[in-house]
Amino acid sequence: MAVGDKMKRVDAYEKVTCGAKYTSDLAPQGTLIAKVVRSTIANGLVKSFDLAEALKVPGVVKIVTCFDVPDICFPTSGHPWSVEEAHQDVADRKLLNRRVRIYGDDIAAVVAEDEVAAAKAARLIRVEYEEYEPVITVEQAMAEGAPAIHEEKPDNVLAHSSFKVGSGEFSKAAEEPGLCVLDTYYDTQTVQHCHIEVPVSFAYMEHDKIVVVSSTQIPHIVRRVTGQALGVPWGKVRVIKPYIGGGFGNKQEVLFEPLNAFLTTQVGGRPVKLELTREETLACTRVRHAIRFHIQAAVRKDGRLVARKFTAWSNQGGYASHGHAIVANAANMFKQLYQDEKVLESEAYTVYTNIASGGAMRGYGIPQSDFATECMIDDLAAMIGMDPLEFRLKNCMQEGYEDPHTHVVFLSYGLKQCMEKGRDAIRWEEKRRAYENQTGPVRRGVGMAIFCYKTGVYPISLETASCRMILNQDGSIQVQMGATEIGQGADTVFTQMAAQSTGITEDRIYIQTVQDTDVTPFDTGAYASRQTYVSGKALKKTGTLLKERILSYASYLLNMSAQVLDIENNLVVEAESRKPLLSMEELATEAFYSLDQAVHITAEVSNQCKENTFSSGACFAEIEVDIPLGKIRVLNIINVHDSGTLINPKLAEAQVHGGMSMGLGYALSEQLLYDKSGRPLNDNLLDYKLPTAMDTPDLHVDFVEIADPTGPFGNKALGEPPAIPVAPAIRNALLHATGVAVNSLPLEPQKLVEHFKKAGLI
Amino acid sequence: MYDIDKYVQAADVDDAVRALTADPKAVIISGGSDVLIKIREGKLAGCSLVSIHGIRELDGVKMEEDGTVVIGPCTVFSHITNNEIVRKHIPILGDAVDQAGGPQLRNIGTIGGNVCNGVTSADSASSLLTLNAVLKLCGPSGSRLVPLEEFYAGPGRTVREHDEVLTEIRITKDNYEGFGGHYIKYGKRQAMEIATLGCAVQVKLGEEKNTVEDLRLAYGVAAPTPIRCRRTEETVKGMPLTPKLADMLAEGALKEVMPRSSWRASREFRLQLVEELARRALAQAVCNAGGEIHA
Amino acid sequence: MLNVIKMKVNGKEVELAVDPRESLLDTLRDRLGLTSVKRGCEVGECGACTVLVDGEAIDSCIYLTMWAQGRSVLTVEGLKGPNGELSPIQQAFIDEAAVQCGFCTPGLIMSAVEIVGTGKRYNREELRKLISGHLCRCTGYENILNAMERIVEETYRAVGKE
Repeated sequence: MAVGDKMKRVDAYEKVTCGAKYTSDLAPQGTLIAKVVRSTIANGLVKSFDLAEALKVPGVVKIVTCFDVPDICFPTSGHPWSVEEAHQDVADRKLLNRRVRIYGDDIAAVVAEDEVAAAKAARLIRVEYEEYEPVITVEQAMAEGAPAIHEEKPDNVLAHSSFKVGSGEFSKAAEEPGLCVLDTYYDTQTVQHCHIEVPVSFAYMEHDKIVVVSSTQIPHIVRRVTGQALGVPWGKVRVIKPYIGGGFGNKQEVLFEPLNAFLTTQVGGRPVKLELTREETLACTRVRHAIRFHIQAAVRKDGRLVARKFTAWSNQGGYASHGHAIVANAANMFKQLYQDEKVLESEAYTVYTNIASGGAMRGYGIPQSDFATECMIDDLAAMIGMDPLEFRLKNCMQEGYEDPHTHVVFLSYGLKQCMEKGRDAIRWEEKRRAYENQTGPVRRGVGMAIFCYKTGVYPISLETASCRMILNQDGSIQVQMGATEIGQGADTVFTQMAAQSTGITEDRIYIQTVQDTDVTPFDTGAYASRQTYVSGKALKKTGTLLKERILSYASYLLNMSAQVLDIENNLVVEAESRKPLLSMEELATEAFYSLDQAVHITAEVSNQCKENTFSSGACFAEIEVDIPLGKIRVLNIINVHDSGTLINPKLAEAQVHGGMSMGLGYALSEQLLYDKSGRPLNDNLLDYKLPTAMDTPDLHVDFVEIADPTGPFGNKALGEPPAIPVAPAIRNALLHATGVAVNSLPLEPQKLVEHFKKAGLI
Repeated sequence: MYDIDKYVQAADVDDAVRALTADPKAVIISGGSDVLIKIREGKLAGCSLVSIHGIRELDGVKMEEDGTVVIGPCTVFSHITNNEIVRKHIPILGDAVDQAGGPQLRNIGTIGGNVCNGVTSADSASSLLTLNAVLKLCGPSGSRLVPLEEFYAGPGRTVREHDEVLTEIRITKDNYEGFGGHYIKYGKRQAMEIATLGCAVQVKLGEEKNTVEDLRLAYGVAAPTPIRCRRTEETVKGMPLTPKLADMLAEGALKEVMPRSSWRASREFRLQLVEELARRALAQAVCNAGGEIHA
Repeated sequence: MLNVIKMKVNGKEVELAVDPRESLLDTLRDRLGLTSVKRGCEVGECGACTVLVDGEAIDSCIYLTMWAQGRSVLTVEGLKGPNGELSPIQQAFIDEAAVQCGFCTPGLIMSAVEIVGTGKRYNREELRKLISGHLCRCTGYENILNAMERIVEETYRAVGKE
């Protein structure tokens, strides 16, 4: 059957040849080049420009500045629009900003005949600023007298939320005699997605319509936001999404498409390309929020978690982007993964600063809170001398767990089985014992971490998707999804799902990989871990409907009741006996060209999804620590995932590899750094330490497959989860190896050496 | 496309010298992995280039009759690593340049460029220092020889005159014969790195393979330019292969280096590496020279 | 200020007027339409623009086109057989699910061509080093290494060099 096959990717052939065209490959000859002029201060106001020298550069066609753009503030996050004003994303920026809020803010743009002229002109523009004190950290932003980065938020707090599970207060619960109480901070760093294709778009006009071709995860949202930003009707914007070279959440953001659209309108509709440099991508797009956690936890000596208190401060950077949604998600996982006997108090702040804006990135706040949560668990287990695995089994979420606020229920529960599989694979008990009392400069340790993750965004936000299927003359079908392929393999699993739900084989299913908002049915796009689940539901309904229509036509041709017919391997068969009656090809040709009853058989379904489900999993890591050099080498690592039925086990495994690699970078080496003025220090791929093949160990993957009753094919989230548990598992292995608790990421050499010196190991 | 004002491809060394003399602002480009990046950054935007890329006489490794190894400055890293003469006589250099960037960079990056850009993190520098490499520079009024150690004039600066071209990197036989060497590049990653610290040790053992006859210790990124630790080298000559030797070397090095703090690494961390890498490079170099440090 | 250069691109002699400011990446993409050559960082740090020049893998973003005079350049466009059949390397990338977003893929395939071209046998650790000039954010390199191991082994068996 189609679902569950290790089918090869439908786009692999195109991608290993020169067939797959990405945005930049499609720009027509003679396309003008746009270059964004960026502020060289992090906080302030543009007073004036001197464009004289820049305008003299041969090849410069147009320069627009923040004084020339529409006076419209718009939101950029790739959330579905909300018809309720209170739930709409914060609209806090313009196409070009006069009020500078990050180093490298978009203050003007040059359009030129070629990139050398554009870059030269951009360099020659003189800017006069009014400068304000730059604010880099949350502490600075919340300090008395800090400059307000956005007028409407004088205390720089974009949002604050809190909740409580259970009753009473942490401080009271912690007074119980005999409890061990942990009170500490955990810090995660700012990192970037580093998709290998930089953000790029080109835009041109077709009469009074603006066409934007863009490397985006969310074409329909780009259309809406572009319309909003330019103040034009949304239908006048057409967005086309070709093949895309990775996104990981950064392209779940409407980054520069509106500006690109505006620029083409300023040069008479000529095509204009706006391709960021790698430096701009690292410094001026979106990042994963650095979050500081203050955690207090009280545990009984027998290992029962009694009460916890959680406060998180999320460094939002200059613009709201996805805003508070991320730290709110982080707080939710803290609540979900473990249950306290008495009470959990939670508080979260999202705070504006002058660094790059935090947005969506694979895991959406959960890698941060999983680091804090899972470090906490090992620290608590160490306090009471209990094995951390045993401690987890005792306190973690159980089958049937229901979130007290969203009421999402954990039905297809595989968390404990994941832990068991991981434990066996890493030989947990044996290694925990073997590495107990080490001396010497090189030591080993094993550590683990678990997580849970929601699949879609319901009920926090709208979940809707649509699909269209069209029968071709030869009995093959076309599938059009609003959901986007961004490298994860969506088109392949959708093809498998279409085969499963129609009875037409994968080789006769042609999925359209290019989304075009003028043609493609609506879907909000690739984010969360929603598409196989949410869009899969729409696809399944569409497939079922198409099949019904095909069988209804077969019923006419065969003069048999549709009820007794089925489709299998491109044949209409008798349902009971599986006897072939008619080929799809015969049926389709007849349907198209019948002089008696010609019909073009298609199906289209839009499906609002009002369900959600948990996936979960665990990471186990064995490491070797070279203490004098502060280096961690990962000797063995395995992720075990509870993601329901796997639509394509081979691609599922590949997806996990990529997430683990991202988790390894998060754990060991990646961090965007800023100087005191807010200028990024390492906005290039030499200084920003993405793991190379030599930094990556063999990546082991296993699954616990339990069909989820709410998933269209028993499936649930897999896209983001693999990136979540790796960093805390490695940190906990470091704790095991050395006894040193390092509470901030990344676990990079200099920091480790400092810790080891403090602990007397060096 | 690069913001280059003028481009001249030199046919040979004389041609390059003439072009440089004619244009006092011209910049020499060899492999491009350094100069092109500076043009793109804007530091050299709008510059004039004199390309010595592909000049035959500057490419390749040869051995002169007296055993002097002569490396053409336009030889790319991968060709140095794979060169038979290098592998046989100065493997430390082949190993060192095999750690620069990644494979593609090593197919374009040249050793001459690595030396002439004068940076302290150059992967070839510390090994070349321990080999007492001598540079031959050709200018309008002839050529001169400059020991590498005297070549550096400060961070990113060298004594090469504007109209001079590096034509040879020379290593005489007495500087490699009988030596065992080892270079350790310390970076955060295992590839695509700029060194946080580089440490090279070349050691020649006494006949019994249990004493140090000669030893050279050099570092990259431990000072504004690549440096030799001459005083320390003197103190350990003649010493037996005991842990004391490693202690003396490591402790001596700490007194000679002057690393600075930057956002890439603190002075303290670099000092930790100076000490630790000296021990490790020594142990391996001794091993490569046929000996062993006994506990 | 165009200069005429002659080079061989994917087996075909090409005579081309180029601007000396062009990188080989610019020329291959913009003048010759060879869009498999990807722009990822423009400074030789990601490997997406890797092509072979005289059989050696280089980052075409930091290589001036003028230097390709008289040389032979190979890109992914030059790999398919006369009847459109895939090279064994391309097939191995498909079979091993070594492709995800596909943006680093052409560059990695070109490095694989260089590696496999030696006819030598490499173990997994050696292969890690040989592909360490390519950054990939999707795969963790795992399936890429699987594909490379497979094709290196197959080639070694067929050619058999030590």
